[in-house]
Amino acid sequence: MRIIIGEGSCGIAAGASKVHNAFSEALRGTDIDIGITGCIGMCFLEPIVDIYDGKMLLKRLVRIKESDAAVIAEAVKNNDIQALSRFEISDEDSVFLKKQKRIALRRCGLIDPESISSYTDDGGYRALKKVLGSMSPEEVIEEIKLSGLAGRGGAGFPTWFKWNAARKSEGKEKYLICNADEGDPGAFMDRAVIESDPHTLIEGMLIGAYAIGAAHAFVYVRAEYPLAILRLQKAIDEATKNGFLGDNILGTDFSCHLKIKAGAGAFVCGEETALIESLEGKRGMPRLKPPFPAEKGYEDKPSNINNVETFANVSWIIENGGEAFSAMGTENSKGTKVFALTGKIKRGGLVEIPMGLTLREVIFDIGGGIRDDKEFKAVQLGGPSGGCIPKELLDTVIDYKALSATGAIMGSGGMVVMDEDTCMVNMARFFLDFTTKESCGKCVHCRIGTKRMFEILTRITEGEGKEGDIELLTELCEGIRSGALCGLGQTAPNPVLTTIKYFRNEYEAHINEKRCPAGECAALRAYVIDADKCKGCTLCSKKCPVNAISGKLKEAHIIDTEKCIKCGQCKEVCRFGAVEIR
Amino acid sequence: MCENCQKSDLSLLDGVFRDMEKNQDNLITVLQKAQEIYGYLPTDVLYEIAENTGNSPAKVMGVATFYTQFRLKKVGKYLILLCKGTACHVNGADGIEKAICEELKISDGNTTDDGLFSLKTVACLGCCSLSPVMMINEETYGSLTPSKTVEILREIKAREEK
Repeated sequence: MRIIIGEGSCGIAAGASKVHNAFSEALRGTDIDIGITGCIGMCFLEPIVDIYDGKMLLKRLVRIKESDAAVIAEAVKNNDIQALSRFEISDEDSVFLKKQKRIALRRCGLIDPESISSYTDDGGYRALKKVLGSMSPEEVIEEIKLSGLAGRGGAGFPTWFKWNAARKSEGKEKYLICNADEGDPGAFMDRAVIESDPHTLIEGMLIGAYAIGAAHAFVYVRAEYPLAILRLQKAIDEATKNGFLGDNILGTDFSCHLKIKAGAGAFVCGEETALIESLEGKRGMPRLKPPFPAEKGYEDKPSNINNVETFANVSWIIENGGEAFSAMGTENSKGTKVFALTGKIKRGGLVEIPMGLTLREVIFDIGGGIRDDKEFKAVQLGGPSGGCIPKELLDTVIDYKALSATGAIMGSGGMVVMDEDTCMVNMARFFLDFTTKESCGKCVHCRIGTKRMFEILTRITEGEGKEGDIELLTELCEGIRSGALCGLGQTAPNPVLTTIKYFRNEYEAHINEKRCPAGECAALRAYVIDADKCKGCTLCSKKCPVNAISGKLKEAHIIDTEKCIKCGQCKEVCRFGAVEIR
Repeated sequence: MCENCQKSDLSLLDGVFRDMEKNQDNLITVLQKAQEIYGYLPTDVLYEIAENTGNSPAKVMGVATFYTQFRLKKVGKYLILLCKGTACHVNGADGIEKAICEELKISDGNTTDDGLFSLKTVACLGCCSLSPVMMINEETYGSLTPSKTVEILREIKAREEK
């Protein structure tokens, strides 16, 4: 038997390394192997420990603590795995994987990301062999065209079209670039793929490089992903040693060299021309298009840029055929899409679903609905470039066109769920705070426009909103959308526009009634004690830093709203739920 | 080149410049390696890099201030990275920030007087299912509440005082 521990970043953050050490200790001197794997996507159950017999998964144990290792190790040693039922994943939680269709993530959480043989044993690099042995670059592009694969970074541009443009572009030296600068807050799809299955990315990139005729390739990774960089570098070294990378790959005359470039923390570098500037060692400021990167990209040479998830689909398409891929999905969106499901969700993690499922199916069937049985309010797609979709539109299908029609976008895969306690005006403010800080400063509309919007939204959340603010915001949105140079600026108004469109009443309550319906905006909050629930334990009055709470022992207490500084400590300490926000 | 700034041991950069020529490293990579050595980017180091990479000091400064990874000030022994990504925001990251600032009496981007803690808010640490999250040096702390956060900080302080 083998014990496999899920050690992606989120597993490690939840304590997987400590669990690993505890197992090493408990199994010392036995012939039971301990191995690692990447992220299976069920972040809410980490740390996860799988028990295998050969290639067969016998038991999946979840939320394992260091202290559980000894008991589990003993049961495995005695071949008594029935004794482990109490650690096992529940049937309810198993549903999480059932509705998914995993292509980009097909090996994540199953193979050892730090071993090339684990990848090749599972059929890895077969697609590359097929391409180099029997397909012309044009045939590869044709197969990708047939699949309908579109850019998974968010824009949804047909992948074959970009490859074809780069192939046809004149010039001997061409570059292939992978955009792994996953800056969208609340999204971690690319990180999971690189940490869990780096060779799939390398294989997809090699096929792309062969198709466009590039001998040099880069992966531009966020510096905030140290583990991804470590594992990718190891994979590159092993692939080079095994003849899959470098000169004369697999004995053919195709050569390709792959290098990692660590980004330095700038959201705008997810924009392809800004990314190229950054690759060249400059400030990441977007260039004017045209010329497009396919003509003049890195060092002014023809370049092609795709996202990690896009590349992760490529080898599957080559092996299974473009038609098998396009058989999944809707008329204008083929295949699958990976989402990072987070926020106020019961079962948060990484999911890959066929296009065409509804938002409701993803959030309620896979994600299990809202935590603590609260009311669903909105789901945010596409991060700072996307928008909030309300309850009424939960049956919208996941498809590039249908999602754009709501005012949001498919985006790169961030899916943040919000409940009744989330203030939508503050949500818009949060994103504008982000875009204001991340605006590169090159064009006026974005640099100053986002700042002005942020100021207005801040004023509204602080109870200083004025009549006409909504109209002013809308006007600014239109100006920025049409005037900004790059995608970051042009889409920055989306969070504001969608929240005004679907949650106008919340803006109006803030501006006209000086009230935050969700109770989130501190300046508009009033704390009161429910006299029926209060037991008079005096805990809150002792905790209050400004002595705003009065009342006798065993009698209901009262908060003096004049004195109250709205710190919320009384609510936090109350054991009877008697402190409410109005 | 830099008359009034502090004197760092610039010989530590020799290896960085050698690597640069061999691998054709760009300016960003050179700055990253320099920060790894010094913990931050002192002004005289920036001048030295400008001279050795054939860039103007203004360009080096421009790049160093453009990217959030680069620090121009020394950081404390414990660097707190507080995640303010969307999932953490929804789950109460603002309250965590307030708790840290009140406990340590510093604001975002600053270091405590005793040089023990620095606070830096970041866009996303990518551990969204554990939100709200902070990272102190290499260790990740998830599912935070304001009181749990203060407890963690006090524990570190107590350990240091011993």
